[in-house]
Amino acid sequence: MANRILVNFAHPRFESSVTNRVMVSAIKDIEGITFNDLYEEYPDFLIDIKKEQKLLLEHDVVIFQHPFYWYSVPALLKEWQDVVLESGFAYGEGGFQLKGKYWLNAMTVGGTDDSYSKRGYNGYPFDQFLKPFEQTAVFCGMKFFQPFVVYDAIRISKEATIDAAENYRKLIIDLQNHLNLRTGKIR
Amino acid sequence: MDTESFLFKAFIFLVAAVIGVPIAKRLGLGSVLGYLIAGVLIGPFVFGLVGRDVEDIMHFAEFGVVMMLFLVGLELEPKKLWRMRMPILGLGGLQVLFTGFLFTIIAMLFDQTWQAALAIGMVLALSSTAIVLQTLTEKGLMKTDSGRSSFSVLLFQDIAIIPMLALMPLLASAPVEIINDDHGLTQLQGWQQTLAVVGSIVFIILLGRFLIQPIFNLIARTGLKEIFIATSLLLVIGITLVMQWVGLSPALGAFLAGVVLAESEYRHELEVGLGPFKSLLLGLFFITVGASINLDLLMQDTASIISLVLGLIIIKVIVLFLLAKFFKMPLMENLIFSFALAQGGEFAFVLFSFAAQNGVLTEHMISTLTVVVALSMALTPLLMILSEKVLQPLFDRQELSRDYDEIDDGETPVIVAGYGRFGQIVSRLLRSQGFQTTLLEYDAVQIDLVRKFGTKAFYGDVTNLDLLKAAGAENAKMIVLSVDNVDKAIIVTELCRKNFPELKIFARAKGRREAYEIKKAGAHCVIRETLGSALLLGREALVELGYRKYQAQRAAQTFLHYDNMHMEELTELWGDEKQYILAATEKAELLEAVLKSDIQDRAQIQNQSWDTDSRSQINDNIDIKQSPNED
Ligand SMILES: Cc1cc2nc3c(=O)[nH]c(=O)nc-3n(C[C@H](O)[C@H](O)[C@H](O)COP(=O)(O)O)c2cc1C
Repeated sequence: MANRILVNFAHPRFESSVTNRVMVSAIKDIEGITFNDLYEEYPDFLIDIKKEQKLLLEHDVVIFQHPFYWYSVPALLKEWQDVVLESGFAYGEGGFQLKGKYWLNAMTVGGTDDSYSKRGYNGYPFDQFLKPFEQTAVFCGMKFFQPFVVYDAIRISKEATIDAAENYRKLIIDLQNHLNLRTGKIR
Repeated sequence: MDTESFLFKAFIFLVAAVIGVPIAKRLGLGSVLGYLIAGVLIGPFVFGLVGRDVEDIMHFAEFGVVMMLFLVGLELEPKKLWRMRMPILGLGGLQVLFTGFLFTIIAMLFDQTWQAALAIGMVLALSSTAIVLQTLTEKGLMKTDSGRSSFSVLLFQDIAIIPMLALMPLLASAPVEIINDDHGLTQLQGWQQTLAVVGSIVFIILLGRFLIQPIFNLIARTGLKEIFIATSLLLVIGITLVMQWVGLSPALGAFLAGVVLAESEYRHELEVGLGPFKSLLLGLFFITVGASINLDLLMQDTASIISLVLGLIIIKVIVLFLLAKFFKMPLMENLIFSFALAQGGEFAFVLFSFAAQNGVLTEHMISTLTVVVALSMALTPLLMILSEKVLQPLFDRQELSRDYDEIDDGETPVIVAGYGRFGQIVSRLLRSQGFQTTLLEYDAVQIDLVRKFGTKAFYGDVTNLDLLKAAGAENAKMIVLSVDNVDKAIIVTELCRKNFPELKIFARAKGRREAYEIKKAGAHCVIRETLGSALLLGREALVELGYRKYQAQRAAQTFLHYDNMHMEELTELWGDEKQYILAATEKAELLEAVLKSDIQDRAQIQNQSWDTDSRSQINDNIDIKQSPNED
């Protein structure tokens, strides 16, 4: 049986997005995945906690697709983490209900690959900025995949964007059909 | 009528109206009284500017009443009318029955034959549609409980005229030859007449449903305004003629036609087109009523006529009051209702002349009663002023100590004054968060309604200090003023500021103007009732037009934020018209600019790239701090 994939998408300015727009249109129609457009769902930031938790429980892999904003996630996705991953559900007594599920960030990043280094203007290797996500996943007993990243998201060519979106689509289909949930390996 | 004297008469009538009405209005007496007094003055008994043919003019002017009912009908869709069937049949029916019965008995006590007494009773049971509706409309009471009830009663009376006209000849003490060309149907058999009556009603309904619409479509397409108006007039006059022919009240027929057309898209055009005619004719009608008051008779027989007038009014008030009480009308509404309808009606003049033809009543009787009815009509505006200015405030006080609910809510932090649609939402939100609210409401029907849903609201007028105290205003944290009446809101605000300085006042306002005024009166927070919902709708509209929801949300929030801010700044200028308009226009432009720039800025953010090029420009200028863990 195919793995169940949830894409929690967060982009506060989707109307002027370039990269994420192409990516979304590449994956949206994949059969069997759940695409959850958070900014469209909760324009007033009033997240339906129960509904979001239910969605999580019904899926095996949770993808957070978002542009990289100030070395982190857009505000609504942070709000989502703060209220949905609550004690008694994601951790704490009666919690850890997401144990064994997979966490994957799919991000578009303004800076180039090179800029994320000690010498680059972003100061640190990109991995460093992933720590909060990784630790959040680990804390909740989830398994953390290396993120899918599109660097230089503002300047790359049209072709490169389409390539990236194509790769993103392939990744999701692989996760859906070839991921061994027990080992975390793609066959 | 030769033109010269016609123009002269028109001149006299218009002068009387133009002088009389504004003066009466200035004095707070209402236009009806203005017309009536003007009529008395130009009538044959004072200046004699119009002669005794005033009655002909009156019959012509009665057409104004027909038009008025047509226009009233236009505002009443069949559904609404159906909902009024209870008050029409119950309140109206019983009113005619009881009042008629009482006057019959009284007339018999005055040595009238039972036939004559019954005729008098029937005629006096009627009230004046023209005066009542005009006065209530002018006071803005047509949409209230009392207005609607009054209208129901008047409507029933109009229906009752049919059997009355049929009964009149039967009451004739001596069989008289009736030759009546006006009422073509009097020659017909009873069953034929019934058939004709039903037929004509069906005719009107079918006419309105199927024929008038296409005709108006056609006429409207010509684009000729005066032809449209002419068609409207034609319609009403045509109906009047048909009704007269079958012996129905033309007013009733016109009313029916109005109801049938209430859902037509030409409704407003009809209202606009016929409105001025109606007003002019009604005015003319009132003047002729004034002019026909026989002052000679009044002089000769002052005492008995005055006591008859008073008797008529008092008995009518009592019957109306008791009936309304029986139908559970709140006291204040009842005081308006029972005083509004306490007069004889214009139809009495018709019925009297009809009765005279039939020999049911003597000539002297009729001229006396005509004066009595006319005087009672003239007194109506004054009576209503009496009720409004003297009785209502009086009972308002009394009612508090007697009828207002005992408030047993204990200590509650929040008082909600006005538990209508608005107050309910506020109160439910507060209660859902665990705050107790004390609910005050002035409309007994509303209280009963919410009680059915298990909510307890207390009856009382919030503008009364004692009631506020009883509701716990001294200890409460806040009063939510959700009454829909600005004047009340202002009164309560001032009362609370003066007597309960600690109490926070959160008020609802209809619009900007009201908001300013309540704010100026000292409310702490004023929310315009339509703003929130309008913005919600606007937000949904933006989404439908292709906006992302978050963007639409931001636009609406931004609008709300700036609008509130400007509102606050403009409150200072409110009262200074010129300054205010200037500033308000400026603010409106500013708001628009803000909303536009929000969108532009956001588009630009995207263009300002997060890339090496733009970074390096900055790096050249500023020496960026190295991170502390740099080795
Ligand atoms: C508010 C904001 C913050 C951003 N912060 C970063 C950042 O910290 N690091 C980075 O590399 N790019 C940053 N960017 C650039 C975005 O990552 C980039 O515009 C986005 O990924 C492009 O994707 P899109 O076309 O789908 O919007 C930021 C952009 C904005 C608008």
